[in-house]
Amino acid sequence: MATYKAPLREYKFMLHELFGVEEVSTWPGLEDATPEIFDAVLEEAAKICEDVLFPINRSGDEEGCTFENGVVRTPKGFKEAYDAFREGGWTSLSAHPEYGGQGLPHVLSFLVEEMICSTNMSFGMYPGLTGGAYNAIAAHASDELKQKYLPKMASGEWSGTMNLTEPHCGTDLGLIRTKAVPVGDGTYKITGTKIFISAGEHDLTENIIHLVLAKLPDAPPGPRGISLFIVPKYLDGDGGPKRNSLACGSIEHKMGIKASSTCVMNFDEATGWLCGEAHKGLRAMFTMMNTARLGVGIQGLGVAETSYQSARAYAQDRLQGRALTGTKYPEKPADPILVHPDVRRMLLTMKSQVEGGRALAVWIGKEIDKSKHHPDPAEREAADDLVALITPIIKSFLTDMGSETCNTGMQVFGGHGYIREWGMEQLVRDARIAQIYEGTNGIQALDLVGRKMPMHMGRLLRRFFHPVDAYIKEASVKPELQEFILPVAKAFARLQQITGFIAQKGMSNPDEAGAAATEYLRFFALVAIGYLWTRMVEVSLPKVDGDDGLFYRGKIATARFFITRILPQTNAHAAAIMAGAKPVMEMEDAAF
Amino acid sequence: MKVLVAVKRVVDYNVKIRVKADKTGVETANVKFSMNPFDEIAVEQAVRLKEAGTATEVVVVSIGPAQAQETIRTALAMGADRGIHVQTDAEVQPLAVAKLLKAIVANENPTLVIVGKQAIDDDCSQTGQMLAALLGWSQGTFASKVDLKDGTVAVTREVDGGLETVDLKLPAIVTTDLRLNEPRYASLPNIMKAKKKPIDATTAEALGVDIASRLITLKVEEPAKRQGGKKVGSIAELVDKLKNEARVI
Ligand SMILES: Cc1cc2nc3c(=O)[nH]c(=O)nc-3n(C[C@H](O)[C@H](O)[C@H](O)COP(=O)(O)OP(=O)(O)OC[C@H]3O[C@@H](n4cnc5c(N)ncnc54)[C@H](O)[C@@H]3O)c2cc1C
Repeated sequence: MATYKAPLREYKFMLHELFGVEEVSTWPGLEDATPEIFDAVLEEAAKICEDVLFPINRSGDEEGCTFENGVVRTPKGFKEAYDAFREGGWTSLSAHPEYGGQGLPHVLSFLVEEMICSTNMSFGMYPGLTGGAYNAIAAHASDELKQKYLPKMASGEWSGTMNLTEPHCGTDLGLIRTKAVPVGDGTYKITGTKIFISAGEHDLTENIIHLVLAKLPDAPPGPRGISLFIVPKYLDGDGGPKRNSLACGSIEHKMGIKASSTCVMNFDEATGWLCGEAHKGLRAMFTMMNTARLGVGIQGLGVAETSYQSARAYAQDRLQGRALTGTKYPEKPADPILVHPDVRRMLLTMKSQVEGGRALAVWIGKEIDKSKHHPDPAEREAADDLVALITPIIKSFLTDMGSETCNTGMQVFGGHGYIREWGMEQLVRDARIAQIYEGTNGIQALDLVGRKMPMHMGRLLRRFFHPVDAYIKEASVKPELQEFILPVAKAFARLQQITGFIAQKGMSNPDEAGAAATEYLRFFALVAIGYLWTRMVEVSLPKVDGDDGLFYRGKIATARFFITRILPQTNAHAAAIMAGAKPVMEMEDAAF
Repeated sequence: MKVLVAVKRVVDYNVKIRVKADKTGVETANVKFSMNPFDEIAVEQAVRLKEAGTATEVVVVSIGPAQAQETIRTALAMGADRGIHVQTDAEVQPLAVAKLLKAIVANENPTLVIVGKQAIDDDCSQTGQMLAALLGWSQGTFASKVDLKDGTVAVTREVDGGLETVDLKLPAIVTTDLRLNEPRYASLPNIMKAKKKPIDATTAEALGVDIASRLITLKVEEPAKRQGGKKVGSIAELVDKLKNEARVI
């Protein structure tokens, strides 16, 4: 069986030892978010995730959602779990207090989300999408609409969705055909078909608030002609709620996250309200996409953590063969597979990237809070830049890592990993979608190279390069850190060089940037994580002989593995990037 | 009516207990601690009494190191009103706990004291009984049902071979068993509110109680490893083995 206990010790290490999260409570608006609150919230969230969400993860996968006459039912136990989750106030963790939220820091909400995804990624989709829709309404809608929708979305009585994708367009939203016609009384009639809509229809909440991208009659063509609308499943009627003219046409049968409904949504002159300005819908949607992208990155992390914990437990338990250097556990009929170098390689590959990826997420989570709450506008701007820069990296790297980690976890289980009842293959299937939705990982790489890199003449990049450069200078003179920081310094120098190379070549030929993007994003992520592992070593070194020495010695060994066995992947990425676009572009289309 | 609940910070029930190398006790460094599960049931019961309008105030006491405050906060997040922390780093045995609680009862004047039937670390199952004796109050131990009436409380007890219901005169002591209730998860808003609820700190000295240990732990060892089972061929052989090998019948 898959094994999971919330990694609370890891969280404390990240929050209190590595990133000094007590700082957030000095920022206006976050005074309540003291270190004790962090710990108390994480502990209680851990209970709900372990005791309520985890037990229905595999049964939810087996049963899936069902569709009958336009009605979608979630698997057994989901409604009860959702009610417990909602009554506990967990739907409003980081929502603004003005509309009934708890206003807690994003960095805290990241870790709660991680636990939710570790224990039941499908379940997490429902509150997750509500959160995204909430953010878009909070940022763009009129006060009246905010008052109407946000409190019930914060309390989880109503849920939300985002309706972007149509049959002929996913990545290229400029092509959408869904129409919005003004009625004249401030409302609009929305008509069209959306597909792949997560949580589009289900039985968990009394109303579902759809955010729908559509085109007004006078819309200019392409992405600049898209507007965003709020289209609720139920409208106010005279004698109570009245069904809006929209319906779920069917649900998809899919590889994973089977307990999350993925719906075809048909809008037939459904009543909607404009959210934000006309024709500026894509921009409005992007506010919620950014948080949603980070949320998807966290999905990758969460699922990977469960795979790692399960693989670790299995490797300690499964007896097979003897250690190459001679029997280690003579009292047993065979040694546990943990003794084998290749199994250790797998586990360390998982552990070093899960923990490194988490460090990246926690760092950026705290920067989000800084960008919203720090009293100094210059600090806020710097944090906002860094978040914008790293968002595609978190989405893409953490979900690629999540998927690879789950695959490796399956490998540790051997044949049993491939058998359903062990739960490892579910993790592989669930993790896979995160690389695709919320902008495919290829699109994330283009966002990094094409938008974030040149933005403000490279200002975003400097928000990462400068502090890392300063840290490298400082750490390089500390003998105990050199074995870690020197390889990072080398990769970092190469990253800067390659950045210049891509910027220059991409200027004359955009295919150059496009061909380098995915490798560049990976390179960037590995350097960032190498930097963070060095910082983790620095925190751990003085504590290796203390009470909790084992924990810190584990950190240092994991860092060493990452620096020596994972970071060198940058060499291959560099070679691929330096080869330029030609090997990718030269072949004639017909030769494929 | 005021209800006093005592809660203990213990090694979490999920943790696999390891004996320290020097056999002086079990490993407590860097293991997860949480509220004794029976005490969670006690807090839940008190909070339900308050929600039902029967109790007016729920006061939570914990005796232990600085971190015991976290355990009190957990109880406050579940709905208790305020906390009392008797700070000590010493080992506190049931008799000392009972004496401390007696001193606190004298200050607080509760009508009902609810404690867990035992703590899962030492499994003593003594504190509630000793406290009842020291106070000269009635006691209803191992409760699976608590029904408050005017001036009395009916407690259904889980005893060997069934259930027994006793009617106690108030004030009284109740110790909780597993089936009494299912403790709630603290909600996020209540976790935030708990932060603002008061916790008074005091010490054994201030309460005038001597908490010196009466028992000395000589050594702590793992229980002997279980021997493998044996398959028997017939009932006669089973009876014979029970009689002559295991000597249990
Ligand atoms: C389970 C599930 C849940 C989903 N939930 C939602 C939801 O709630 N709401 C919603 O609106 N949508 C949702 N989607 C849709 C999802 O966001 C899209 O599938 C995704 O954005 C990709 O679009 P597409 O499928 O049309 O692929 P396409 O856009 O056709 O892309 C196909 C391939 O081409 C690549 N590609 C496309 N354009 C470019 C380009 N310009 N440069 C480089 N490469 C390119 C892509 O990276 C991809 O590899 C969901 C999908 C699934 C499967």
